[in-house]
Amino acid sequence: MDGIYLDNNATTRVDDAVLEAMLPYFTEQFGNPSSMHSFGNKVGLAIKKARLQVQDLLGAEHDSEIIFTSCGTESDSTALLSAIKSNPKKKEIITTSIEHPAVLTLCANLEKEGYKVHTLKVDEKGRLDLDAYARLLSDRVAVVSVMWANNETGTFFPVLEMAEMAHAAGVLFHTDAVQAVGKVPIDLKTSKIDMLSLSGHKLHAPKGIGVLYLRRGVRFRPLLRGGHQERGRRAGTENTASIVGLGKACELAQAAMHHENTEVRRLRDKLEAGILARVPRAFPTGDVTNRLPNTSNIAFEFIEGEAILLLLNKFGIAASSGSACTSGSLEPSHVMRAMGIPYTAAHGTIRFSLSRYTTEAEIDRVIQVTPEIIAQLRKLSPYWGKTGPATEPEKAFAPVYA
Amino acid sequence: MWDYSEKVKEHFFSPRNAGALDDANAVGDVGSLNCGDALRLMLKVDPDTETIQDASFQTFGCGSAIASSSALTEIIKGMTLDDALKVSNQDIADYLDGLPPEKMHCSVMGREALHAAVANYRGEEWRDDHEEGALICKCFAIDAVLIEETVRANNLSSVEDVINYTKAGGGCSSCHEGIEEILVKVLAERGETFNPHTVEIKEEAKPAKLTNLQRIKRIETVLEAMRPQLQRDHGDIELVDVDGKTLYVNMTGACSGCQMEALTLQGIQQKLMEDLGEFVKIVPSRAGSLSRAASQP
Repeated sequence: MDGIYLDNNATTRVDDAVLEAMLPYFTEQFGNPSSMHSFGNKVGLAIKKARLQVQDLLGAEHDSEIIFTSCGTESDSTALLSAIKSNPKKKEIITTSIEHPAVLTLCANLEKEGYKVHTLKVDEKGRLDLDAYARLLSDRVAVVSVMWANNETGTFFPVLEMAEMAHAAGVLFHTDAVQAVGKVPIDLKTSKIDMLSLSGHKLHAPKGIGVLYLRRGVRFRPLLRGGHQERGRRAGTENTASIVGLGKACELAQAAMHHENTEVRRLRDKLEAGILARVPRAFPTGDVTNRLPNTSNIAFEFIEGEAILLLLNKFGIAASSGSACTSGSLEPSHVMRAMGIPYTAAHGTIRFSLSRYTTEAEIDRVIQVTPEIIAQLRKLSPYWGKTGPATEPEKAFAPVYA
Repeated sequence: MWDYSEKVKEHFFSPRNAGALDDANAVGDVGSLNCGDALRLMLKVDPDTETIQDASFQTFGCGSAIASSSALTEIIKGMTLDDALKVSNQDIADYLDGLPPEKMHCSVMGREALHAAVANYRGEEWRDDHEEGALICKCFAIDAVLIEETVRANNLSSVEDVINYTKAGGGCSSCHEGIEEILVKVLAERGETFNPHTVEIKEEAKPAKLTNLQRIKRIETVLEAMRPQLQRDHGDIELVDVDGKTLYVNMTGACSGCQMEALTLQGIQQKLMEDLGEFVKIVPSRAGSLSRAASQP
């Protein structure tokens, strides 16, 4: 399909080499890896290889620390529920206000069951106050769950430092690294991270495959019980083809790590600078000095994100928005709200997320098209005058809200 | 991505009457808390005839908000203010060949802007008369506030009650957890705890059940009271049979095969439930006889 795909934080294209590695495992290598015969045995060996490939990308000490799951959400749920089940006397959880719903919704639910959830606030650039974090760590806390990089802004949290602090306080540390894995170097064996979630489809493997990294020796209670798969830590017949695909994707990500942090970063910076130079009243959100190399999140004031996306889509450009109207729940982005982005800007945030397939020509096209789209929509905006924003926009238009 | 109709897309990509209207003499500024969209509607009204000579809009909002605004201005141009006030949000949605349930509030916002603009023209103060909550039931586009108010007003205590009174949860049923949460909250207000299995218990505890004859008479009385209304529209209704909670009726005259039949029956069913204090279902007798025939072994 033609078109310019800049929504790689939502999901990525399966790499051709990944698909090629997977295909035999649907047909000739269809065996169940648990079986004794050779049909199963070969598949078992393929899974073993994939586990080593994942281990290598994560820098894990042992391959048995890799547990294959069905997705990032399952990994997050498994990690948090295991931590509280294996520490029944600890009734507190620490997380942040800008986590993915996979963590936040689960925590909200645990709150109903009597857990005390401490939600760390972020500043206007999406940064945490580590002193506030240090004050919350205690022997009442069962687990800390903090994302490695934010999906909307790409901003990093200092997870390595936070894991050290949790470890010193005797608290389990989990990180949702779904956006970070494959984009930044990770070396778990030298860290104090106890659990880490990743999702295959964010790094050019298929959807429906994830991993929970579980440090050796960390107390664990499975989410799914049943067969002996994954050493009894995640029952259910292995998604063999996707596991093989994820292994291959990890190998490719490792090889592309330099490209991701040089070329992809350069294109991202060019895109952002190009748009900001041509569009007035627009600014990047998050901590632009400390973020993923592929992500740029720009707030366009006085217009709404879904409208921008629909027009971008008309030009074949795919991105995403933190606007309320693009989510099924109609909730505006909790990340933008947590950073205190004014409403008239948060509504118009657009996330461009690149991949190693993004080309210079594509970026040039987006830089060319976006300013026209923004100008076109601003003509319709009650906050916008004939040539620029109305003087004191909030006063010029103050609707009665219902 | 939203499943927008071609008409919605067309009105979004080429909005009609967009931009400021310099000689407007009626302006309505409203917003929807639900999603943060906002709209300014500007009208040029002929003071002698109160006819809307021109209309335009500026919208801070999503695709369907812009399309709804555009549609609204097209609908009301040339109308008198009184006629324009009769335009409902459903009219706006229909004009656009429908909106996704999550986006119906965009059409509500359009209607409110119109009311606000007319109030502005007439020197009145417009106040919003409804509150919108988070969307709970996506099948029937029913929000939390409506469910809460209905639960409160009718002392409802089960998900089944909520389905019967509001339709919320009567479709795919995936919102039942959300409905239970509302029940927990409202029941707590009146000092009760939500019990997922109150339905049967409540029925047993009901005092002095009507005999079959009494019940049928009550039903007939309610139908009798509704009859003049139906006859005004050259239709009528007759009770054919009562089978437990199911009432079979015959719609006759103009009511028979009328497109509004389902709506009419719904209204009658609501009246009957209020009067009898129990859930009943009204079924046109053709369908009734069919389903009864089908249930024979």
